[in-house]
This record gives sequence, structure tokens and C-alpha cells, in this order.
Amino acid sequence: MAALSPPEDFGWTPDQPLIRLVDVRKSFGAIEVLKGVSLDVAKGEAICIIGPSGSGKSTLIRCINALVPIDSGTIRVEGQEVNDPDLDKLALRRKVGMVFQQYNLFPHRTALDNIMMAPLHVLKQDRREVEARARALMAKVRLAGKEKAYPGELSGGQQQRVAIARALAMRPDVMLFDEVTAALDPETVKEVLLTIRELAEEGMTCILVTHEMGFAREVADHIYFTDAGVIVEHGPPASFFDDPRDPRTQAFLGQIL
Amino acid sequence: MLMETVARWFLDLYETTGINLTIVYDAYDRQRFLSGLGMTIYLAVVCILISIAIGAVGAWAQGSPLRVVRGLVNGFVVIFRNTPPLVQIFFFYFGLGQILPRIEDADGMRVPILTNVQWAIVSLSLFAGAFNVEIFRSGLEAVPRTTTEAAQALGYTRLGVYRHVLLPLALRICLPALNNNLVNLLKTTTLAYAIAVPETLYVSKQIWTDSQNVPVMMIVLLIVYTLLVGILVFIMHRWEKALAIPGYGQGSGR
Repeated sequence: MAALSPPEDFGWTPDQPLIRLVDVRKSFGAIEVLKGVSLDVAKGEAICIIGPSGSGKSTLIRCINALVPIDSGTIRVEGQEVNDPDLDKLALRRKVGMVFQQYNLFPHRTALDNIMMAPLHVLKQDRREVEARARALMAKVRLAGKEKAYPGELSGGQQQRVAIARALAMRPDVMLFDEVTAALDPETVKEVLLTIRELAEEGMTCILVTHEMGFAREVADHIYFTDAGVIVEHGPPASFFDDPRDPRTQAFLGQIL
Repeated sequence: MLMETVARWFLDLYETTGINLTIVYDAYDRQRFLSGLGMTIYLAVVCILISIAIGAVGAWAQGSPLRVVRGLVNGFVVIFRNTPPLVQIFFFYFGLGQILPRIEDADGMRVPILTNVQWAIVSLSLFAGAFNVEIFRSGLEAVPRTTTEAAQALGYTRLGVYRHVLLPLALRICLPALNNNLVNLLKTTTLAYAIAVPETLYVSKQIWTDSQNVPVMMIVLLIVYTLLVGILVFIMHRWEKALAIPGYGQGSGR
């Protein structure tokens, strides 16, 4: 295996936005899903992206770690241009952790193995060090004692917390959460949200796509509302929820609150 | 001695009933038959291992971003799946074997590059490998796309995703189909008879020609292959159980 390439310097400094999207456009066939989206995320900030189904929220965050290639525009992660044909996707993805709606754990490996796999296989880190970190992460997501359980033996909420620990084990600079509570029953939603809130409070940069408005209001530093592929309105939670200005935002919040 | 007692009993059996099992009481036939059996097992084990490797590598190459690579794999599968295995063996041994240059052995003799046994291994492995490619592909297609995405998001390379996530899951899904193909492969090793590979069927033919005991040897062959396949199936089932994952697929509910 090739040695890991050293971290490249893209002239990024921590006072600049950790993630910057400028006029991002993406079509699937004839359907334009993102019609020019721009947003900035500062280091240590937690932002929530909300909006009706099909408004492009999931596509938006999947562009950030290059799971979905964009058609035009600019995405920079710590100064690294994501929309660059020569992009080192693997280097980018080591900096960006992602948690999915359907957990997507590797069903053939235990919870602990799921957390340890990528640091061992991708980062080639020392096994003892990785295992110690993985056990600490299991404890952090309140799953100590479940190390040897297979994903199929865990509840949805437990699996999702393993998935969060798995992403954290790579020591990412930013975490993407794609509707991570949408497939959970209300009981277990709380435990997952608690874990995410702790992360945000510790200063992890988080981008969350969510339908949990109460949670968004508590945790987010900034809310973005998307509809039909554009950001309609954004602002700090207090003003966004209490004083929405755009009629589409008002209609959406009126339906769900 | 026990051996002599057994031999005498089978000789008596022949004299009283006409059931002539020379492979038990005649040392020469016994040795011939056991070496044939050994060759069959050797062919089967080597071809099974190579054909599984061909299946795993071929199925990976089928997902290559390069169209040329995908085309080559698909062409290989079509050719080896759509032609009779006996024709393939003849093609390799008589066709390709004739064209290829000869090499000098230790005694200075001009000999073919590959022996008939080696050609049989090449031919049978490719034949079963073509089916294994399709079998592994069916397993790969059953792994949810989102599982692959999760591995990609963790920074795995295409090969890393395949090795650590896709292949282990696909293998578990396709084991029953793989099982069937390997059983077929074991039985197809008898075709090596046609290029004089001294496997079980070939030595049996020699034995029944010498001893005029065709019906008896036929029954022996049926029993031997039934047992050989039985052992293979037993091993495959053990493997299936060993790979079962708690809470997943056939492993759930345990």
C-alpha cells in the first residue's frame, strides 16, 4: 500500500470558513436539485439544514465529501477544492466524517471492529492505539459493554451511535449528519441527539440535515432553510424560528411547528 | 493379517457371487484406484481454489471504471460459460498445447510447456471461474449501495471497499450458489479423462478393461462420487455456518 500523502497546505487558516460553498449546482438528469447554493461554516460551528423533502438537503451535504460530484460552483474544505478533477478524495474524506440515515454499519464486523476498521485499514494506525481509542469512543457514545455485539444485535439508536463513533475514530475536522434520526423510533432519537449535542458543545464542526426542529433550535449556531434547490432563508435559530421573513419559510414552519 | 483376511473375503465374494472388486483384493488395482482417487481430489481442490480466486478477482474487475477491463471480463465469462467444458479441455490440450513452443526437460527431451494434468487444471479452473464471476457478482449486487457509500465516506479506496466490506458480505450471500458450482466442478473433473489424466474415471476404465468387471466398477464410481460430493457439501456447510453473522441474514435468530 502507498504511504499516506502528507496533509497538503491549501493556504487555509482557521480564521477562514472551514467549509465554503459558492454557487453550487447539481442536476440529476433533467432535474436540477441544487440551483446555486452558497454557505459558509466556521470552525467549531454547528449548522442545521432544514427544509421539505426533495429540497436538495441530502444532496447538498453529500457533495461536501464528494460522494456526489457537482456540476458547477465551488466547494472548499479547509481550502481544498472539492470540485477539482485531481482531487484526492481519500484525503478529503479523512477530514470529513459522515453519519447516514440508515446507519450503514458493516454487518459482518462487531461494533468495536466497525470503529477500528477504517483507522487500521485506511490510516494504517497502530492496532493497540486504535483499539484504546475505539473503546473510549464506545464509552463516549454510552455503549460500553456492547463492543462485541454485531450491528444486527443492536437497536437502531445503538447502531447509530456506533456509526457516530466510527466516524469520530477517523478524527475528522467536520462531521456531516444526514437525517440521522429519521429512521429511529422516538425513544431512541433522544439518545442519538444527546450524543450529537455533546459533540457540538465540545466544539466539533457539525453540519446537520434534520427534521428535529427543537433540536436544531437548541444545538445550531445557524439555520439554513432550503426549498426547491435554493437557500431561501438563513439566520441564527432565535430569529429564524421566531421571526421568519420569507413566506415559504413561514409556510414550512407553520406546517410542522 | 487383517488386510489379507479382507482380501481373501473379497476373493471369495468374487468366486461365489461374481462381484469382482479387484480394487480391494488385488494390490496392483488397489494402488491404481487409490492414485486415481488422489488425482481426482488433487484436481478438485486445486481447481476449486483457483476458480474461487478467479471469481473474486473477476467480479471486482467487472466493476472497473475502465470499459476495456469490463469488456475483457464479460468476454471471458461468455466464452467459458457458453462452450462445452470438454471442448475447452480439447482446445487447451490439443489446440493451444500444439501451438505453444516446446521446452527441453532435464534429460534434454523436447516436452510441452504444460503437462496434461496442468492443462486440465487450467481448463477446469477457467470453466468454473467464469461461473464464479457471475456468482460473486450476484452477491455483490445484493449488498446495499449505502454500505459501499459508508466505506467510501471513511476514505476507503475502491480495492479497500471491495476487500474489507463488499467481498466478505457478497461471499456470505452467494455461498449457496457457489456451493452448487463447486459440486459441479468436482464432477466435471472426470472430463480430464479425455486427455488421459489418470483420475478416478480413467483408472477405473483401465481396471475394468483388465478385469472385465464393468458393472461393478460403474457402481463403485457412483458410490465414490456420491461420497466425494457429500464431503465437499459438508465442508461448504461448515464454512457457511462459520461465516454466519449474528443478527444478519441466515445468522439471525440464533
